[in-house]
Amino acid sequence: MTETILKAEHLTKIFSTEKGSFPAVRDISFAVKKGEALGIVGESGSGKTTAARLVTGLIRPTEGKIFLMGQEITKAKGRELRKAYRHMQMIFQMPAESFDPRYTLGSGIRESLRNAGMSRKETEQRVRELLVQCGLTPEFTGKYPHQVSGGECQRAAIARALAIRPELLICDEPTSALDVTVQKQILDLLLKLKREGAGSFLFICHDLALVQAFCDRVLVMHEGRIVESGTPDEIISSPREEYTRRLVESVL
Amino acid sequence: MEPLLCAEHITVCYNGIPVVKDVSFQVDQGEILGIVGESGSGKSTIIKAVLGLLGESGMVTRGDIWYKGENLTDMPEKRRRKYLGPEIGTVFQDSKAAFCPVRTVGAQIHEAVSAHEKIKKEETKRRAAEIMEKIGLTDHERIWNSYPFELSGGMNQRVGICTAMIMNPGLLLADEPTSALDVTVQKQVAEELLMMRREYHTAVILVTHNIGLVKKMADKILVLKDGQVRDYGGAGEVLEASGDAYTRELMDSVLTLKKK
Repeated sequence: MTETILKAEHLTKIFSTEKGSFPAVRDISFAVKKGEALGIVGESGSGKTTAARLVTGLIRPTEGKIFLMGQEITKAKGRELRKAYRHMQMIFQMPAESFDPRYTLGSGIRESLRNAGMSRKETEQRVRELLVQCGLTPEFTGKYPHQVSGGECQRAAIARALAIRPELLICDEPTSALDVTVQKQILDLLLKLKREGAGSFLFICHDLALVQAFCDRVLVMHEGRIVESGTPDEIISSPREEYTRRLVESVL
Repeated sequence: MEPLLCAEHITVCYNGIPVVKDVSFQVDQGEILGIVGESGSGKSTIIKAVLGLLGESGMVTRGDIWYKGENLTDMPEKRRRKYLGPEIGTVFQDSKAAFCPVRTVGAQIHEAVSAHEKIKKEETKRRAAEIMEKIGLTDHERIWNSYPFELSGGMNQRVGICTAMIMNPGLLLADEPTSALDVTVQKQVAEELLMMRREYHTAVILVTHNIGLVKKMADKILVLKDGQVRDYGGAGEVLEASGDAYTRELMDSVLTLKKK
């Protein structure tokens, strides 16, 4: 039996505002197995980003439970949550915004390694390795986020996420802000990392073609619910739900 | 036949640094020209040059842009303003941001029209309703009285198209008109723009980074890279069999759905 890295059980998130409450995620359950890439697709407002933020502990679910490597992390905070981040790391849509503008890319990557207790000398070595692994040169350690292009910055963000060798990478629209030729390069990098066994992926994306190129399994979300799930080929070639069919047909 | 819009060897500089270099193209009546390129390639700058919206630091330093035989680049501001709207309409990426947030869209549509012709509000409303009906805004009474924030992204974009089309321009400049929209809405808006072209025989310059959209809509394609033209020609040729290496790389980078 393959190991389950992440399990979400009956997650619900209700946002309360002055005008009343809005259920962004309604009773969704899913699991990510070891070495698997699970995609979540949907349009804006479908709840896919909320799902990712719930899993990463950035927001708390109204109901439901989250397990990472068999440990419940639903209510984790402080030390417990930091421990969870040893096992899961995130890659965001806007790479430049996910780095501190006043620090170099190198120190952004270094930080998590030093926190994990690695020596200064070892850290330097590892940062260089990571940058090269992600298609950059060691010189990038000394650059600031605004000095590099969007694609280079996203490569550095991937290097940072990989630094402590997490079991799970959560990617929220990792290529949506990039040009198509750069998107292709980042996709190739992620595919290479997946082949090399970098871990499991939870891949949030609105682009079905990208999900088809990267994921082993995909969940389709609509209005906070999972309306369909299966392999990308199943979903795209023979969608069972009306909404999924509409989504597939809309791709230009 | 004389082309509707013709750009001849234009170079555009910002603070003396060229961002668009020696670009030529033309658009005939009822034709859709797609301008594609990545960020920083200069595609939006071309639109701004046509509109005369380059600002203080930008300038067309070489070449001319002709619209119906009139030179737009040398035209005094006041005269150009007569062209913008009734002759050349514009749809932006984010129409919601282009509208004033504290006034209803109806008031703003009427303001745009009455800047160019003497018209009663009822007449503007009637004409707007006619166009709204065509582009899937069936509840036009409610939309007319709505504020931009009360409408969804797709609805705002359609109101933007309506505002541009209500004066029945000969040329529509569309700068990333569907990029802020979800895929299902994007396809609808693309189809609505195509329908507007059929109905009114409007020429369109479509600026986008979305190759799929260009494939669906454009008759001709211009590929820009670092301000220079890499390829220019019929849509089929450029998309399928370009002689230019960069254009091929761009087309190969586009992910497509593989259906069985």
